[in-house]
Amino acid sequence: MTTTSAQETVPTAAALALGDDALVLSHRLGEWAGHAPVLEEELALANIALDLLGQARVLLSLAGDEDELAFLREERAFRNLQLVEQPNGDFAHTIARQLYFSAYQYLLYTELAAGDGPLAPLAGKAVKEVAYHRDHAEQWTLRLGDGTATGHTRMQRAVDALWRYTGEMFQPVEGIDVDRPALEAAWLERITRTLHRATLTVPDGPRTGAWTAGAGRQGLHTEPFGRMLAEMQHLHRSHPGATW
Amino acid sequence: MTDTDWPLWEVFVRSRRGLSHTHAGSLHAPDAELALRNARDLYTRRGEGVSIWVVPSSAVTASSPDEKDPFFEPAADKPYRHPTFYEIPEGVRHL
Repeated sequence: MTTTSAQETVPTAAALALGDDALVLSHRLGEWAGHAPVLEEELALANIALDLLGQARVLLSLAGDEDELAFLREERAFRNLQLVEQPNGDFAHTIARQLYFSAYQYLLYTELAAGDGPLAPLAGKAVKEVAYHRDHAEQWTLRLGDGTATGHTRMQRAVDALWRYTGEMFQPVEGIDVDRPALEAAWLERITRTLHRATLTVPDGPRTGAWTAGAGRQGLHTEPFGRMLAEMQHLHRSHPGATW
Repeated sequence: MTDTDWPLWEVFVRSRRGLSHTHAGSLHAPDAELALRNARDLYTRRGEGVSIWVVPSSAVTASSPDEKDPFFEPAADKPYRHPTFYEIPEGVRHL
């Protein structure tokens, strides 16, 4: 093994959790290609997807061979949050998913970047990309929520539907040493402020405990994830070792 | 992809400090803030710029092709308007 000391000290569990989040969300956003409401927005979503794919490649490479990990693992071996695997739904659902996840990712990476752990260099670079992702989601949340009646209804439905997946983001992950209660409080504050500005109601359903989602980090995934993986992996599995 | 009634915006990008903003293209966006963001994604994602302006296309007043002759043709045969009769001193490289 000729890995550097930095790579040796990144725990595999942490690299897989963050890497799988980025990979799976990247693939979901990529599904908008050719289907987005307007050309400009299609490019914005593809751009965000490519940022996330870049993060996933670095992180998965720390845990092993990136291609093997992405294309040859079974569903139960993926460690991503259930939030990021949720189907795109309508545009409001995609924006709500982006809003919840990018606010979390921004806070997490900011804290990791400020520390001196092995993930600090990666987090420092990624946090600038994620700041843009969060801005994109917040701008759209404001416009959909505080725009037309249809937009408001759909955006409220989307933030309500995905609320139960947000508690999982603050579960402990081995190798990610952050102040989770502080992270969660900052996240809740940011989301509350954005939803209020958008004239939306903060969902009041439970985010943790019984009847909520949240075992993605343990390899338990929701039904649509299997179909997404089948599409993502089928080419590589059909033509093992193929190159351009 | 459906058509929208979003207005059109002209995008100007400054490629680095010290240069002027130059026209890069146009795009659709519902408002100025999102036009700026769309411009960032469309025209600067390979590191092409350090600053962006967006201007509503409707705010641009353009010269008409019909006025081409009175506007531009008289300039063609006046070489004395070009500073080509000076000798450039040695050592001046970026002129």
